[in-house]
Amino acid sequence: MLKTFRIGGIHPKENKFSAGKAIQPIAIPAQVIIPLTQHIGAPCQPVVKKGDKVKVGTLIGKTVGFVSANIHSSVSGTVLKIDKALDVSGYKRDAVFIQVEGDQWEEKIDCSETLIKECTLSSKEIIDKISEAGVVGMGGATFPTHVKLIPPPGTKAETLIVNAVECEPYLTSDHQLMMERTEEILVGTTILMKAINVDKAVIGIENNKKDAISKFTTTAKSYPGITIQPLKVQYPQGGEKQLIDAVVRRQVPSGALPISVGVVVQNVGTAFAVYEAVQKNKPLVERIVTVTGKDVKNPCNVLARVGIPVNNLIDIAGGLPETTGKIVCGGPMMGKAIASVEIPVTKGTSGILIIPTFESKRDRMKDCIRCTKCIHVCPMGLNPTLLMTLTEYSEWDRAEKGRITDCIECGSCSYTCPSDRPLLDYIRLGKGKVMGNIRARKN
Amino acid sequence: MNNKLIVSPSPHVHSGDSIEKNMYGVLIALIPAFLVAIYVFRLDALIITALSVLFCVGFEYLIARFILKTEPSVFDGSAIITGVLLAFNVPSNLPVWILALGALFSIGVVKMSFGGLGNNIFNPAIAGRIFLLISFPAQMTTWPTPSVGSTTDAVTSATVLSNLRFNPDSLPAIKDMFLGFEGGSIGEMSALALLLGLAYLLWKKIITWHIPVSIILSVALFTGILFIFNPIPMFNPLIHLFSGGLMLGAIFMATDYVTSPMTKSGMLIYGVGIGLITVSIRLWGAYPEGVSFAILLMNAFTPLINNYTTPKRFGEVVKNG
Amino acid sequence: MSVLLSAVATLGAIGAGSAAILYFVGRKFHVEEDPRIEEVQEALPAANCGGCGFPGCASFANACVKAETMDDLYCPVGGQETMDKVAEILGKTVATSAKKIAVVRCSGSCDERPQLNLYDGSSNCAIAAALYGGDTGCSFGCLGLGDCEESCTFDAIHINPITRLPEVVEDKCTACGACVKACPKDIIELRKQGPKSRRIYVSCVNKDKGAVARKACNVACIGCSKCQQACPFEAITIENNLAFIIDDKCRLCRKCVPVCPTNSILELNFPPRKETPPAVKEEATVNA
Repeated sequence: MLKTFRIGGIHPKENKFSAGKAIQPIAIPAQVIIPLTQHIGAPCQPVVKKGDKVKVGTLIGKTVGFVSANIHSSVSGTVLKIDKALDVSGYKRDAVFIQVEGDQWEEKIDCSETLIKECTLSSKEIIDKISEAGVVGMGGATFPTHVKLIPPPGTKAETLIVNAVECEPYLTSDHQLMMERTEEILVGTTILMKAINVDKAVIGIENNKKDAISKFTTTAKSYPGITIQPLKVQYPQGGEKQLIDAVVRRQVPSGALPISVGVVVQNVGTAFAVYEAVQKNKPLVERIVTVTGKDVKNPCNVLARVGIPVNNLIDIAGGLPETTGKIVCGGPMMGKAIASVEIPVTKGTSGILIIPTFESKRDRMKDCIRCTKCIHVCPMGLNPTLLMTLTEYSEWDRAEKGRITDCIECGSCSYTCPSDRPLLDYIRLGKGKVMGNIRARKN
Repeated sequence: MNNKLIVSPSPHVHSGDSIEKNMYGVLIALIPAFLVAIYVFRLDALIITALSVLFCVGFEYLIARFILKTEPSVFDGSAIITGVLLAFNVPSNLPVWILALGALFSIGVVKMSFGGLGNNIFNPAIAGRIFLLISFPAQMTTWPTPSVGSTTDAVTSATVLSNLRFNPDSLPAIKDMFLGFEGGSIGEMSALALLLGLAYLLWKKIITWHIPVSIILSVALFTGILFIFNPIPMFNPLIHLFSGGLMLGAIFMATDYVTSPMTKSGMLIYGVGIGLITVSIRLWGAYPEGVSFAILLMNAFTPLINNYTTPKRFGEVVKNG
Repeated sequence: MSVLLSAVATLGAIGAGSAAILYFVGRKFHVEEDPRIEEVQEALPAANCGGCGFPGCASFANACVKAETMDDLYCPVGGQETMDKVAEILGKTVATSAKKIAVVRCSGSCDERPQLNLYDGSSNCAIAAALYGGDTGCSFGCLGLGDCEESCTFDAIHINPITRLPEVVEDKCTACGACVKACPKDIIELRKQGPKSRRIYVSCVNKDKGAVARKACNVACIGCSKCQQACPFEAITIENNLAFIIDDKCRLCRKCVPVCPTNSILELNFPPRKETPPAVKEEATVNA
């Protein structure tokens, strides 16, 4: 019996068309646009101005406040301007426009491919390096990693869980990274273990990546404290709270952080970024992006620098199909549909999914028939149809009692609803309003 | 690509499930019971069922189109199910005009006047049956003799439950009741056929086990305990389970989406309530059959049960034992 | 007969007993309330719309009675007439405030602001606004999904299906502010209704640079400041590439309207101009 989370869950079709496709590079365009918000938290303050020369790895945006992450240039060239550009948020936000000249990297960065296993730094030094390098959660959430590694006073970590689940259909960027950079990921895991002072780490991998499971199980034998845990193929296995429930059988209470049950979770891509940051002095400037879709000619996994327009990646995958209806940044369950192909790749862009028109339009919404399927599939044990109705009638107190703030926005409810009700649309709206009310009460 | 991009919030995929799939799934689950009904009651069963469906779908279309002035959605399957279940709850020799009145009541009063599918409080088929039972008691309680294995037409006769009360020695064998060779309304015949339907519904994930199992278990336990102290046929759990409308009610009527509770614990409370009320009415009430009234009463409690039960929340079990 | 008598007697006794219990409980748990609160409440329009800032007319009446001064209290639905009545009941004085009306500061209709993508989410402005900047090139403009219409309890604002913009019905609008709160893009503003219902305002909230705004919408404000230069009363400010006419300073002289190169400034309910410079459009003079 494979381990899995205990409440709810769905099993969408996996459609991993790009599985097994080796990571391929993409040419750097003449100009890149690097948004100053690529993380959860305050946008970065630009530290360059028009005319400045930058190299790959030069700091261009500095953190503002505690929950924030540095941003570095992903190319070498001259800064054109700091201006507003459309990004994945759907709005124009501040970004650094850079005219590309060559591909020069900062001197301190080790560009070699040699594996460096030893790390003699202390926990604080490791966290400082991670913070300097602007590493954020690579699963798509983009939470600043160094903040997660500093547990709040009174809490202590017991286990590190590496999220190598990749439960979203279509996406294979993590899978390919695991197959091609196995040792680096394991070294990165060891470094993270040192950072939070634990001697136990579990790498959770969904059972549809059997080659990765076997490769990791073999290779991890030489890394003390790291175990590999195959997990049942179920969505949202990769949700932080669900993963913790599956691996260590503890459920994070409502409103609490994973550290309250002694666990820190990091995405496998983050573990790799940590390896590069700590062992190679390389800040986070590029990532693997899956380009895929039913009608895409060459589904692939591309190693793309931050700032390259999504359009360039679509070209490498064979161009935008005629049947294109929607372009989604991320996976089909939680990704964001975009209105323009000029939007740049950022630290959180795990994939670009092209959905054909006939699958893009929603069916007409009907009345709720109380079938309770949304309740059965909700991994947080909520009542989605009730929460949608409460939001429609602005019943914020009852929505709060109904634990609307626990919603992880996984989309299982909307996916399942036979009446095609846009449950998540309204729950998201209600969640925002209730969180605003809670904040206002605290002040 | 010339078309404009489509933009909407996540998720961007759908399971493909629809109201139609679930409703037609229920109809497929009713096929075994329907086949037994035809075998036992011949052409009458077919006619009554077909007419009932026709009346229900027709009334729903007319009411939606001309009275409520909304888009009729008669082919979503729910009116067809109401038609079939109403037919399964009446004797196969019921006059057609009475059936039509029942359909009008079920669809018009119980379903459409509350706002159509999703908004009714009471189960339309059950309420229709009770309406007919109270308004036309004679026609609703004279059943034809089942003509199993013979070509003679059915003759009016009593059912197992009415015999249980007044004539406990002339009961058919339990095996016969299980398979379906007994008197009664069209759909109440074969517990086996209905259980096959239950298996289908569970396999296709159209319903969960909570309501049918809690009803059946509570009836079995309640009568079983009484049987232990006084083993008369009146208290025999197997007779209660396999006769009358219990199986039909537990599997197809009580599990109606709209009128049953939404949470698993709520469903169990609902099922136990139905079981207890059914047995109470059968043993000590004025009617030999209690399932319909039990379901109707518990329908009234459903909103209350929904208010006071919640699904199992994530985070309540912090550590695994 | 005895059955009838005993039935009548029993029910009568139960009825009398219940009445007695209710009477005593009512007396014991009676809440002393200032009788003026009820008097004031009678004078209010009983719309319970929240426009005054209180959760209902009863609450507003309570506040009026308990307040030191009536300066901050105003019922937009009842208007000056109602406030004067309340003042009379309480023997306090009220300030006279000008009648306000809701104004929609966006003219980006389907003709003026081309659609660039198809929005297929829920028909709700708050949901669409959280997702992205809308289906046109202007990420500030009206989404046309009707949150304002939903929120209005006076049937005073409706989305025109052809232009996809909200239109305020002048005689019904009470300036309660519900639509202002409901609009996630802050497009609707409460402005003075003006003498003969005349008002002038910049019908745009786009803060992008002029060229970007103009590319997205024909009638966008490009922040060129020609209106500011034309205004003899210093009533126009330009901030973030957007012009804004200050209500209190505007004297309705109409000098700014014809100089706007994109016809972004609207003048409502004025008679037509005698000289017609080419820039003025017909729809600028009358609004439904």
